[in-house]
Amino acid sequence: MRASGIAAIPVLLAFAALALSACGQNNQTVRIDGSSTVFPISEAAAEEYSKITRARINVGFSGTGAGFEKFCRGAIHVSAASRPIKDSETAACAEKGIDDIVELQVAIDALTVVVHPDNSFVQCLTVDQLHDLFSGKATRWSDVDPAWPDDRPSLFYPGTDSGTFDYFVEAIIEDVDATAFHTADGTPSEDDNVLALGIRNEEDAIGYFGFANFSEAGRSLKAVAIDAGDGCIDPTRENALNGTYSPLSRPLFIYTRETFLAEHPENPVLRFLQFYLDNTGTLVQEVGYIAMPKEVFDEQFNKIAPFLSDG
Amino acid sequence: MAVLNPDPNASNFRESLRKRPLNRWNEMLIKAALTACAFVSLATTALIIIVLFGETISFFQDVSFSDFFLNSEWQPLQKPVSFGIWELVAGTLNVVFWSLIIAVPIGMATAIYLSEYASPRIRRTLKPILEALAGVPTVVYAFFALTFITQDLLQPGLGKGAVPIFNSFSASVMLAVMILPTIASLSEDAMSNVPRDLREAAYGLGSTRLEVSLRVVVPAALSGIIVSILLGIARVIGETMIVAIAAGSTPNLTLDPFASIQTMTGYMLQVGLGDAARGTVDYRSLFAVGTMLFLMTLVFNIAAQLIVGRYREEYE
Repeated sequence: MRASGIAAIPVLLAFAALALSACGQNNQTVRIDGSSTVFPISEAAAEEYSKITRARINVGFSGTGAGFEKFCRGAIHVSAASRPIKDSETAACAEKGIDDIVELQVAIDALTVVVHPDNSFVQCLTVDQLHDLFSGKATRWSDVDPAWPDDRPSLFYPGTDSGTFDYFVEAIIEDVDATAFHTADGTPSEDDNVLALGIRNEEDAIGYFGFANFSEAGRSLKAVAIDAGDGCIDPTRENALNGTYSPLSRPLFIYTRETFLAEHPENPVLRFLQFYLDNTGTLVQEVGYIAMPKEVFDEQFNKIAPFLSDG
Repeated sequence: MAVLNPDPNASNFRESLRKRPLNRWNEMLIKAALTACAFVSLATTALIIIVLFGETISFFQDVSFSDFFLNSEWQPLQKPVSFGIWELVAGTLNVVFWSLIIAVPIGMATAIYLSEYASPRIRRTLKPILEALAGVPTVVYAFFALTFITQDLLQPGLGKGAVPIFNSFSASVMLAVMILPTIASLSEDAMSNVPRDLREAAYGLGSTRLEVSLRVVVPAALSGIIVSILLGIARVIGETMIVAIAAGSTPNLTLDPFASIQTMTGYMLQVGLGDAARGTVDYRSLFAVGTMLFLMTLVFNIAAQLIVGRYREEYE
């Protein structure tokens, strides 16, 4: 008698847990996932938004590619990306019945190449030199510039799920030599903190990630100026805005669906995105990226304006 | 309740026995339930094997066996794509090798101390503490390896140039700490089971305590010791967090302890957390590596059982 009584308790607990787990999901949850570069902005927006509403915002950073995949599966409401959506990804979404994608730019990033702060010889790299380092053509510093030491650089770069990786491959690897590939001889990671940790701790390290991670690191990392033919340009806000920091300055996006924007009556996605866009100016500066110029910002706002006036 | 719990001293005991209600259905139900529970683990294992092997077979429709087994580069996610498994296997064997080099001597020494040298009181206190060490979550070990071992111990000690931030040695040290309780505890159990007569006989012939430990007890307990080491190896092969966080994500065909490597489990974690869509080669590579891992662990577990069967000394 007693034994079967005791056995009933775990069974009841299991049922209770199952029943209660459904309570956590309310339809006030907005799910965002995707680029780890855009993540700090989304996270800051979510934090500020949760102070003034009861809506819950879940922000992930699985990588631009992973984010689009989840978006096309219908698992998330907003997909953050550090590169524009690819045609193949739009097609994949269309196959699943998602053909009303809305693209919103939220900031400008200056993709920064960083080295260890004690690195005395790398101040400026031409696009070709950067290409050689990251395509495997140069295996030693001296291959890039004979005046440099004979040591091997340690490469740290975002993983293949990352939009930053895709962008770098397009702008630095393939634009210089369409047959070249990004090297696999280094430490990839989707987590920019892991990259920063690695570069901070190895004197021969070189890597790249979004501007916000660099500005957060302060003096523990050193940025490299990039020479695209017009002289060495440092990655700064001004240079990203005025377009001289090329080819590594790029827009950051969030993608959602018209269906989500048009939901009635409770419209968590639209309300959150309205808040997001309204506050990009301050949030983006706080996080360390570059705010869009006014004309670009107005363009984005106009994309969600029609939904705001309905209901 | 006199009928269901017959009291042997009652005057109507035999009556009450005869009057016990027939619980045949209850008995059969309980038997069925217990059998079902026992089969749950069997069924789960069978399902895991079916899924693993199914996806692996699909994988080998896209990737040839020669590509998998004869190639030496593992680069499934970045172009140019290549699927040579040995870099990952080498990464796993790298950490197995270095963690064993650390854990086996220390584990054996601990076991010999506990079984031959320690007083019963020390043994009673130390053994539970040792076994508690086995309960530390591996993610704690992982960050300990990355922050303390690599950054506070190895890099200041050997220089930042010689020790990359992600290296297999830090991971191996923590893996050794992880399997130390297994090896020490199981070896000590095996050694304690060696009957005293053997030891007394050796002492009687004038052996020192060390000679008794190494020449009498250890050989007698050898099967248990080897099993403990093989179980330790199986644990290290399957360990994911420590190697994923501390050892790196660069597939590398090397036994160098101070190289960034990627183990099979580290790769599986990387792809599992990423965006491999179901049905693609990337996704299936996860299962191919998983099958390889499964087979390696199976081999070690079977070896452990065979050795127990063959070499175990049965004492009366």
